[in-house]
Amino acid sequence: MTTIEQTDAPATQVDDAPPTDPTPSHGAGGDHGGHGSSATLTNGKLAMWLFLASDCLFFGAFISAYLLYRGRPQTGPTPTELFDIPFTSATSFILLMSSLGMVLALAAIQRGDHRRFRLWLLATAIFGATFIAGQIYEFTHFAREGLHLDTNLFGSTFFVLTGFHGAHVCLGILWLVSLWGMSMQGRLGTDKAESVEIAGLYWHFVDVVWIVIFTVIYLMPQPGT
Amino acid sequence: MTTVQDAVAAPPRAVGILRRPKANRGFVSWITTVDHKKIGILYVVTALVFFVLAGVEALLLRLQLFQPNGTVLTAGQYNQLFTMHGTTMVFLVGMPIAVGLGNYFLPLQIGARDVAFPRINMFGYWVVLFGGIFMYSSFFLGGAPDGGWFGYTPLTSAPLDSGFLPGRGPDFWTVGLILLGIGSTTSAINFIVTCINMRCPGMSLLRMPVFTWMMLVIAFLTLFAIPPVTVALIMVFFDRNFGTLFFDPAAGGDPLLYQHLFWIFGHPEVYILILPGMGIVSETLPVFSRKPLFGYAIVVFSGIAIGFLGWGVWAHHMFVTGLGPVAISAFGLATMLIAIPTGVKIFNWLGTVWGGSIRLTTSMLFSLGFIAMFTLGGLSGVMHSVVPADTQQTDTYFVVAHFHYVLFGGLIFAVFGGFYYWYPKVFGRMLDERLGKINFWTLFIGFNLTFAPMHLLGLWGMPRRTYRYDNDLGWETLNQLVTVGSFVIAFSVLVFVVNAVVSKSRGAIAGNDPWDGRTLEWTIPSPPPEYNFAEVPEVHSRDDFWHQKYTEDDEGRLVALPSGGSDDHADDGHDGHGIHLPSPSYYPLITALGLPILGYAAVFTNPWLGVLGGVVLLFGLFAWAIEPAD
Repeated sequence: MTTIEQTDAPATQVDDAPPTDPTPSHGAGGDHGGHGSSATLTNGKLAMWLFLASDCLFFGAFISAYLLYRGRPQTGPTPTELFDIPFTSATSFILLMSSLGMVLALAAIQRGDHRRFRLWLLATAIFGATFIAGQIYEFTHFAREGLHLDTNLFGSTFFVLTGFHGAHVCLGILWLVSLWGMSMQGRLGTDKAESVEIAGLYWHFVDVVWIVIFTVIYLMPQPGT
Repeated sequence: MTTVQDAVAAPPRAVGILRRPKANRGFVSWITTVDHKKIGILYVVTALVFFVLAGVEALLLRLQLFQPNGTVLTAGQYNQLFTMHGTTMVFLVGMPIAVGLGNYFLPLQIGARDVAFPRINMFGYWVVLFGGIFMYSSFFLGGAPDGGWFGYTPLTSAPLDSGFLPGRGPDFWTVGLILLGIGSTTSAINFIVTCINMRCPGMSLLRMPVFTWMMLVIAFLTLFAIPPVTVALIMVFFDRNFGTLFFDPAAGGDPLLYQHLFWIFGHPEVYILILPGMGIVSETLPVFSRKPLFGYAIVVFSGIAIGFLGWGVWAHHMFVTGLGPVAISAFGLATMLIAIPTGVKIFNWLGTVWGGSIRLTTSMLFSLGFIAMFTLGGLSGVMHSVVPADTQQTDTYFVVAHFHYVLFGGLIFAVFGGFYYWYPKVFGRMLDERLGKINFWTLFIGFNLTFAPMHLLGLWGMPRRTYRYDNDLGWETLNQLVTVGSFVIAFSVLVFVVNAVVSKSRGAIAGNDPWDGRTLEWTIPSPPPEYNFAEVPEVHSRDDFWHQKYTEDDEGRLVALPSGGSDDHADDGHDGHGIHLPSPSYYPLITALGLPILGYAAVFTNPWLGVLGGVVLLFGLFAWAIEPAD
């Protein structure tokens, strides 16, 4: 292995513009924009950053609700009785490691190494799926212990917050698997590395959000203990 | 370095599942278009249809209140109608009309050929349309939403079998608003990326027309305001349908959390509605006064300041909920601060008009009407920031009067001004000025007849959202005046619709630049060609087009430049061949179609519909992703 070369994919400024032939059909001044302003971020990446900024508030609102209701007197199973912190730490570690896989996948496609790209992409997706499996196990375990959506405030806030995070991870897995399928069909050339980068931004974001959720829900000392 | 080439070797086959549509006329072209101008027209027409629906709802409400103990509507019908009136006006009129005008004119004003994401743009339109149809279908599926446009918990979140708000209406409301939020978020992202990445050479941020600036500000507000309300709506939906306890006081839940989440969205939302209006008059007033906008930079920064401050005042909607003296004092003071940038803008508009050579066109009349009516609404707004006064006014008609002065007197007046100003650009023909004057004066009189008496009714204690009042309260005369006024408004809107329809075929030919405009949209033909600009313009100053047309002599008088502003340079014999434009596509429609199906699945908790919706959505997304470029 040698250096990782950053291949500058031709930046398509309109999402429909054919990325493969930027010049011939565009004609006189046919560039779709990007000039006149120092566009350091391509449209696609900027859009993803904006979406993620918006998504921060989505999780922020759920986390606020969780924090607001934390420690309120309630009946039914409590967090301290239910949490198995070593187990959840292990699945969290797997999710965080999947981000490393994502980084390696992106690096691989940027230098044109499609075999390794697909390998790392699939590894990332499998790590994500392992996390989801852990979450399903945890949910069913909690349910068997008597914690449901309608048991108490902890049940409501916990399941809905972590459930929506899990849904985000599932969406990410679907995205990664789709990219893998496109790559298998040869539709994902090195020039499309940016679409992998955008998926990667999303994936890393979902991981970072989990760090916050994990800390808030599992690691912060439970009030009254 | 191992150079593995296996994957890039085979060129991708063309795999359009549906052939990419080519038509640029007719029905198919309208449902598959990715042209920001057509999408803009679709948004505005859709918003106008919903405007008429919301108007009919309001007229029914007014008929009910025409006399004491009215019998036109039952209490249940009244609740449905005021809920749908408010929800429609905010989410299906105010927002789409701004997005529509922004869609059409934002790219033109910054010299771009399209928005950054044409297909996502069309997807956003479909989501808004389907979200609206979805919500309105509730009238035929067991009753419309009846929990108010704010949907306060625990009334709206009480479980379905509890007997409060029976029927599926509130679920249509929560799911419908989530759908509309998805549409708004996509268009917000699209506008921001377009503004940041696609300005023409020389179009620095501080040369952008104020309308475009305000669209950029509201795009940011939308981006950050939608998630909190989405979360609140999800919680309400779960509480009602899956037994969660978020807002159940008996289980320790806090209904006030809903109000916080809702108004953290709701107050920025107010500015999402009004800032485009401020942007429109900042375009029309300079043109019809033949003067540059007074204090351009401070107007822009005031708009941004309003956007920022809008995040710190949400609890002024909650002064009577018992937040405690410190919180309400802080929010009261923050609310008063809003008056500063707003006042700055009003004085800048007056400074723009002052000493100008004013042309009292219909558009100018509406813009001046905007300043007057919005100022009145702003003043009663400052009254609300005084907590003791607000405590007295909360939930009375005084509040109804206030927000109609800012939103109807503000946004709707400005939007009508914008219609008269931009219609010639969109359709190539002028709106009739004679009908326009009738339109303005009837709207102005009808508006004040409708909403001015509500101030008094409110101060006399008439509560909002009650479907009848006793006859010994002395409210009858003013209520009759209000109802008469509302029908005058309806007449005025009818005049506009007639004007718009007739002028499309019979109006005077507009030419490129009927108003002697200042911004880039007036440099190109009317209606603009599909590619907007034959050559990407290059601007050298603010109001660049004006400076191409005019210069000043030694005494500061305007002198027309001999060749300035000539129409020919827009065409240059260039027929637009060779300009690559994105092709139309079916997939935004198909993808968006999946969402209301998922919505019905959620409302009726029907897993099969859910599977169907998911399949449609995923099919649309995958086909979209692999759609060949041309």
